[in-house]
Amino acid sequence: MASKLTRSNRAGWLMALPGAGLIAAFIIVPFFLAFAFSLTNQRLASPNPTEYVGFENYRDLLGLSIFTLEPERDDTGAVLRDEAGEIKYPRLRTFTRRNPDYPHLEGKREWFSWQSGENRTVVLASDVVFMKALVNTFTFVLVVAPVQAGLALGLALLINQQLRGISFFRAVYFMPVVVSIVVVSLLWRFIYAPGDGLLNNVLSGLTFGAFSPHDWLGDPSTALGSIMAMSIWQGVGFHMVIWLAGLQTISPTLYEAAEIEGASKVQTFRYVTWPGLRNTAVLILIVITMQAFALYAQINVMTKGGPLDSTQVLVFQAVERGYGKQDISGGSTISVLLFLIVLCISLIQRWLTRERN
Amino acid sequence: MKLEVTFATLIAMGMAGAASAQTELSLWYHGAGSANAEEALVNELVEEFNASQSDWKVVIETFPQLAYNDAVGAAALAGELPDILDVDGPVMPNWAWAEYMQALGIDEAKLDGYLPGPVGRWNGEVYSVGLWDAAVALTTRRSTLEKYGIRVPSLDEPWSLDEFNAALASIAASGDFDYPLDLGMAWKGEWYPYAFSPFLQSFGGDIVDRSTYQTAEDALNGDAAIAFGEWWQGLFENGYVPGTSQDAADRETGLLNGKYAMSWNGNWAALPVVEAFGDDALFLPAPDFGNGPTIGAASWQFGISATSEHPEGALAFIEFALQDRWFAAFSDGTGLIPTTASAAGDTANYAPGGPLEVFYDLSKAQALVRPVTPGYIVQAKVFEKALSDIANGADVADTLDAAVDEIDEDIESNGGYGH
Repeated sequence: MASKLTRSNRAGWLMALPGAGLIAAFIIVPFFLAFAFSLTNQRLASPNPTEYVGFENYRDLLGLSIFTLEPERDDTGAVLRDEAGEIKYPRLRTFTRRNPDYPHLEGKREWFSWQSGENRTVVLASDVVFMKALVNTFTFVLVVAPVQAGLALGLALLINQQLRGISFFRAVYFMPVVVSIVVVSLLWRFIYAPGDGLLNNVLSGLTFGAFSPHDWLGDPSTALGSIMAMSIWQGVGFHMVIWLAGLQTISPTLYEAAEIEGASKVQTFRYVTWPGLRNTAVLILIVITMQAFALYAQINVMTKGGPLDSTQVLVFQAVERGYGKQDISGGSTISVLLFLIVLCISLIQRWLTRERN
Repeated sequence: MKLEVTFATLIAMGMAGAASAQTELSLWYHGAGSANAEEALVNELVEEFNASQSDWKVVIETFPQLAYNDAVGAAALAGELPDILDVDGPVMPNWAWAEYMQALGIDEAKLDGYLPGPVGRWNGEVYSVGLWDAAVALTTRRSTLEKYGIRVPSLDEPWSLDEFNAALASIAASGDFDYPLDLGMAWKGEWYPYAFSPFLQSFGGDIVDRSTYQTAEDALNGDAAIAFGEWWQGLFENGYVPGTSQDAADRETGLLNGKYAMSWNGNWAALPVVEAFGDDALFLPAPDFGNGPTIGAASWQFGISATSEHPEGALAFIEFALQDRWFAAFSDGTGLIPTTASAAGDTANYAPGGPLEVFYDLSKAQALVRPVTPGYIVQAKVFEKALSDIANGADVADTLDAAVDEIDEDIESNGGYGH
């Protein structure tokens, strides 16, 4: 194999050169640079010399501790409670800020906690914002990948028919893909506007006023969901077209055979369409997963990570730190971690969807 | 052969041109596509300077404001900075520290009688000077205050914290408005530290400890800062102000449409209010929350890049710009506050009896520049996030602690930012 690549193949290498050169210059070299920066304290602009810091940036992002808070007790040892009957605990900041007895908690913040008997167990993170970004990104991928792929398949099946005017529907479904994501985000900000926004108006109209206006992007419990819905709407058309291409590679003779055999619609889909879409499905799953991990523009335009970090995601944090806060090393570290995560997931997906002989 | 001749001619022409004409100086400006007369005025300024003397020829290149700072950063990395830079006041120390800029070397006697905001100092030297300043005021209507029996405050006697809270409560209780006060939460970014850190300073806190600029501990999470944070959170909990998801269109027109009773807004938005309400329009000073009333200061200014080969030419241009007639021209064209009192007298809006005269006094009496440190860029971002989080209900003390930690870590990892 190696000899075939090197021997009398000059034309092939020449033809690969423009593409390979661009990929090397804009993807491969920056990636290695990012990895190198993540081991230093590189700044965007600084007169200070760059220093090698080892894995400190990774420790600052990934550091975790578990800490058990014991309730406050009075002189007799009874647990103190406030007016509402809730157990009173000392404030965490008394342990995490300049407390020489707890050096391993210094500068850490509460990520989440749970109650165990009288005690409260707290998980502290060195970088709570990064942890929240990590969880939000995974939530986004886990919801968007299957829902968007499923909806796109549904749409592709709907428009894969010979009906009059079907190309109108194809164009309509594909339209959001052609519009810039920044423009789409701006428009959806108006749709989600609190008070008398479009969505609130429509919902209260449909329910004859029973629906009270909701602050979709301003409420931490609905902000990420709102962005998911909008992202799926925007991206579904693109994957619909890929599904459609897959559907049209399936030979009509197979459908004819299935019809002659008396297969029902469900059986036809299960035993003819779905196996025929196998390679398309693998492609779509991997593409959507990677695109979902790269979520950035919607966040930047619509919420900037708020409210209360409910829409923080990894790429937004990488840009915010590297560019906004001039901390190139911090942004690079997040990029390297994101690369490793996407690489692992792609490998797992490849392994799960491999050809089994 | 023919090619060589052409090259020789070109070179000869080029040399002849350089010998007879003025030396070129490049100028970068942030105001491309500005909505008002700013861009036209800068071009006029450059043309008049070029015509006024025979040594220098300034060539202007304008950028959209959103891309300007990035362009300067990229140019600095590539060693392609222009001779004359236009810089936002609070960003200047960062650029000076990062060696994008050099000190002006201007005779400070020439800056006598200037407002404090337009003069940018770093490490004891003047690095940038602006032709204008901006100021923020509580914009409302006299009739609104009278209706609810609220005292009209003055510069000498601004509202106290209790008076301000009582005013908000009584307007809210009437139910006549969607919200008693609009803080402009829709304007993300620099608006937050510019408009809201003066509240914190008036409570007795600050974004960073200005005595050393080495830590934010106690300044941003001390008792005064926590009191500010609790008050800030209360504004949102009580429904006195729209939250971080405020519609940007409401920010622009809410006061005029009667959605809001008061608006915390800049002088650049003042003229439409005067047009709509006439004599009923009021521009009130910031309340005194206990440590004196303050508003933010400093806007865009001119400076000289560190790599300029002709700083004396750049300085000549900046000194040419620092004339009352230019201050007045920019003020009339953009609505901003002229840098000197003598120029204010020549403007349409800031002359005695002019509709915006009050802003000149506000700027003079209450203005406090944002922390003068290269770390301000990061501190502004941290402060913005902390205020958004507290507005959305985060625990005040924990949020401010986290902000302090982030600011302190940043100062440490930058070796103290050269203070």
